[in-house]
Amino acid sequence: MPLDKEKIKQVAKLARISVDEGKANNLSKDLNSIFKFIEQLNELDTEKVEPLTSILNQSLRSRNDEISDGKIREKILKNSPNKNEEFFVVPKVVE
Amino acid sequence: MDGITNQGLKEIIDNIKSKKISSLELTKAYIKNIESAKKLNSFVTTTFEQALENAKNFDSKPNYEQILPGIPLAVKDLFCTENVKTTAGSNILHNFIPTYESTVTKNLWNNGAFLLGKLNCDEFAMGSSNETSFFGNVINPVGDKLVPGGSSGGSSSALAADLTPATIGTDTGGSIRQPASFTGTVGLKPTYGLCSRWGIVAFASSLDQAGPMTKTVTDCAIMLEAMSGYDEKDSTSINKKKEPYSKNLNENIKGLKIGIPKEYRVDNMPKEIDELWNKGKKILKDLGAQLIDISLPHTKYALPTYYIVAPAEASSNLARYDGVRYGYRSEKGKDLIEMYENTRSEGFGDEVKRRILIGTYVLSSGYYDAYYLKAQKVRQLIKKDFDDNFSKVDAILTPSTPSSAFKIGEKTNDPVSMYLNDIFTVPVNLAGLPALSLPAGTDKQGYPLGLQLIGKTLDEQKILNIGYAFEKNCGFKNQIQKWWL
Repeated sequence: MPLDKEKIKQVAKLARISVDEGKANNLSKDLNSIFKFIEQLNELDTEKVEPLTSILNQSLRSRNDEISDGKIREKILKNSPNKNEEFFVVPKVVE
Repeated sequence: MDGITNQGLKEIIDNIKSKKISSLELTKAYIKNIESAKKLNSFVTTTFEQALENAKNFDSKPNYEQILPGIPLAVKDLFCTENVKTTAGSNILHNFIPTYESTVTKNLWNNGAFLLGKLNCDEFAMGSSNETSFFGNVINPVGDKLVPGGSSGGSSSALAADLTPATIGTDTGGSIRQPASFTGTVGLKPTYGLCSRWGIVAFASSLDQAGPMTKTVTDCAIMLEAMSGYDEKDSTSINKKKEPYSKNLNENIKGLKIGIPKEYRVDNMPKEIDELWNKGKKILKDLGAQLIDISLPHTKYALPTYYIVAPAEASSNLARYDGVRYGYRSEKGKDLIEMYENTRSEGFGDEVKRRILIGTYVLSSGYYDAYYLKAQKVRQLIKKDFDDNFSKVDAILTPSTPSSAFKIGEKTNDPVSMYLNDIFTVPVNLAGLPALSLPAGTDKQGYPLGLQLIGKTLDEQKILNIGYAFEKNCGFKNQIQKWWL
């Protein structure tokens, strides 16, 4: 099985989610049963198939590079759990 | 005005227009219903004061030309609503108050409707039973031990219980159609790109699509008219002229070709689903449609494909929840990284974490080709199955779900058995097509069952027409006893 406890912890680290021993064990069980289900796809030969990257028959539009809004600092900061005047506050990152 | 809330949206609009009822009377009737239905847990937030104010404003200066004149509506709590808390059913957004309005809800308000409240849903729309919500599970009005389906479970529950005249949900893998099927209501997942995704809390961006949930097909056409439309703020929005779906409804389906895909008869499918499907075929045939056996050979690979593509996109979309700019922040942790890790660990529920981890894994270095690229290739094959058949048929008829509503707690310990609920709905999302779930009958316990009509890209009118004809000839009537009163 690809996803043992150690692998789970490594992936959780990449996803920035803390996972303790007990949780890692449960996740390993759940995820392995999900991956067993997912791996049915290996029955299919897709060697010559182009990957589908968009279901729309249109390509993404481009627009002129113009400022359309701005000066909404207050709105942007409004929902922050911790702010100081004009800034978001986070735990200290530089010693 | 007793009984007004039992009616469909169309009748209510007619009553408003003919001044048989005022918007204020209507709004008060719904508020009364909502207050006596707290057991269903279908609402996360109510906005009664604001709704009453809006109703009074409408009555003092009514505009009957609008599509939704003076109509109060509750919406899934995945749509951002300006100055009204929007949670996505998650602890990590439990205190989030958007400073902007989603395009789809803004379209509803611009057409005369106003907000009645925000409806419970699975956390970040990840679930098929509304049991993953941080705000508790929702009850199906059909029975007090039954799930209402998911992820738009608050929407289906509130609609079936007469707590809103119509509503909107989002559908990434079946989240409108499966709950509609479980509650005896109508649900439409439009073509990808028909309704703007701007301002909807993102789950899987290449699959997410908003759509109406209503009591009748006519109501569904009215809601789609009001909510859809081109939006330059959504880069995948389709730029096309708006269609008057409800005015164009036409019950003459003579000569239409209806595909019946053999792959939708799955192992262990209850006999009742098969019988329901046969009933649906007979109704359409009697109306002059031609049934054609077709094959969609990659159907069984749709769910495994979905469980790579959707988590991959979710892991990327949900990276934004970092406890810095909005939402929940953990107080634990000695540095920035630990703050992120604890915030996300405490803020997300188990199902969301599972999917973020699946997504992170399938996109990680060394596994990308084996999983994500493989899934994109199979997605191509699934889309091609539909493309090949739509040169021969006008629409496809299938069951909506492999069972009726199940009991609360029945599937929570086995993620894969929960995922299998969406076996008939997921292929449509992968191919970007429109699909309509129609109430069609009940099982032996009396629980509703639905049939699904799948259409070609942007062929909403045709599946609405077929649904309209079907509804008139099916004779289904939702028999909900209001046991919560």
